[in-house]
Amino acid sequence: MDTRGHAPASLLPRPMRVARVVTEMAGTVTIELEAGAFAFAPGQFVMVSSPGVGEVPISISSDPDDGTPLALTIRAVGATTAVIAAVSEGSWLGIRGPYGTAWPDIPEGDLLLMAGGLGLAPLRGAFLRALRAQERIGRVILLYGTREPGMILFDRELLGWMRQTRAEIHVTVDQAHPGWTGNVGLITTLLERERLDASNTTAFLCGPEVMMRLSARQLAALGVSPSRIHLSLERHMACATAQCGRCQLGPLILCRDGPVVRHSDVGRALGIAEL
Amino acid sequence: MIVHPVEDLIREHALFAETGPEIAGLLASCARNVVFRDGELIFKEGETADRLLLIRSGRAALETSIPGHGNVIIQTVKTGEALGLSWLVPPYLTDFDARAIGTVRAVSFDATCLRAKCESDPRIGYAFYKLMIPPLIGRLRTARIQALNLYEPTADPNPA
Repeated sequence: MDTRGHAPASLLPRPMRVARVVTEMAGTVTIELEAGAFAFAPGQFVMVSSPGVGEVPISISSDPDDGTPLALTIRAVGATTAVIAAVSEGSWLGIRGPYGTAWPDIPEGDLLLMAGGLGLAPLRGAFLRALRAQERIGRVILLYGTREPGMILFDRELLGWMRQTRAEIHVTVDQAHPGWTGNVGLITTLLERERLDASNTTAFLCGPEVMMRLSARQLAALGVSPSRIHLSLERHMACATAQCGRCQLGPLILCRDGPVVRHSDVGRALGIAEL
Repeated sequence: MIVHPVEDLIREHALFAETGPEIAGLLASCARNVVFRDGELIFKEGETADRLLLIRSGRAALETSIPGHGNVIIQTVKTGEALGLSWLVPPYLTDFDARAIGTVRAVSFDATCLRAKCESDPRIGYAFYKLMIPPLIGRLRTARIQALNLYEPTADPNPA
């Protein structure tokens, strides 16, 4: 069959109407889409396009199991994301995917989630799954770090989780004004006070790569097996179908083999600056 | 109310967890038990760094003033950690303000007394300075990572 001139179905963006736009903080919005039947797993990403502007990979921040709309949390950092983050209700975006690997199933033991900045968005679905499973699993710990109190993502939802769930949630910021009564310091300083049962702990990490490297190293030093430390890695994902190689990290093509990977599979590669 | 001897309080502190009881005993004469109320200034930037505080419970904020931005908290120091490290090196002046967030209970060491003990008995001095190295390295590491401004949008190498 001659397929020249025909894009595979997986490459065709599906038009989706913007149902709601929630401003999370300056330059960062959560866009809810009328996606219809759209199966995905927490941790996966989609390619989001604005016609005539460009296409970018964005992690899904909604929970696939709670019946809420498909949600994407986007920060305007470049030309394409600036246009997408400025969409209004009723406008349309092109969506391809979902792509990539998901967070593993919620483990039986203790689950530690460490998120930095917007890294909370890809972890949100996994956290909500863990909350629903809390009766049958061990501790659910969420450690979250960001620059300052005004940049805490999903702040009202976090507060609700703190008050209404049994999850142990701790937040830290890099700096704050007087009146802030929480922690100020690196996210790894929160780890120091957690008495982890290392042999029974699985960790999901998402945030700036330096933060994940340091956190994974500290977790390994505490005795958590690198095969139970899972990271969500970002590279420049352009095609999302493992064809262009732009998101290669050593032997991995992250749009296919990631974004969620085991630390035991990437720890060495993450230490090589050229990759 | 039960009053614990200050030597016990030192020994129970996380920083002294790896040392034998001897060091705590030798340093106890430099120490006293202190309490700071919520919002109380523990020490002020630029004043003589005359104390080392071992936080027993509570949290203290290290603050500095940035023109146009008011005071900014750059770090919090919590239960089990040490507050005030400037007494270790000349000119023994504090670099930041420290303020209690909620009630802070601590063991306060007199810096002059500590330095004299360390000078007079190098064995104590070595053991004690070894205790001070991990918090110093931890703060150096924290400061370096924070200087990278990891969470800023401009940190993205591939803005799209």
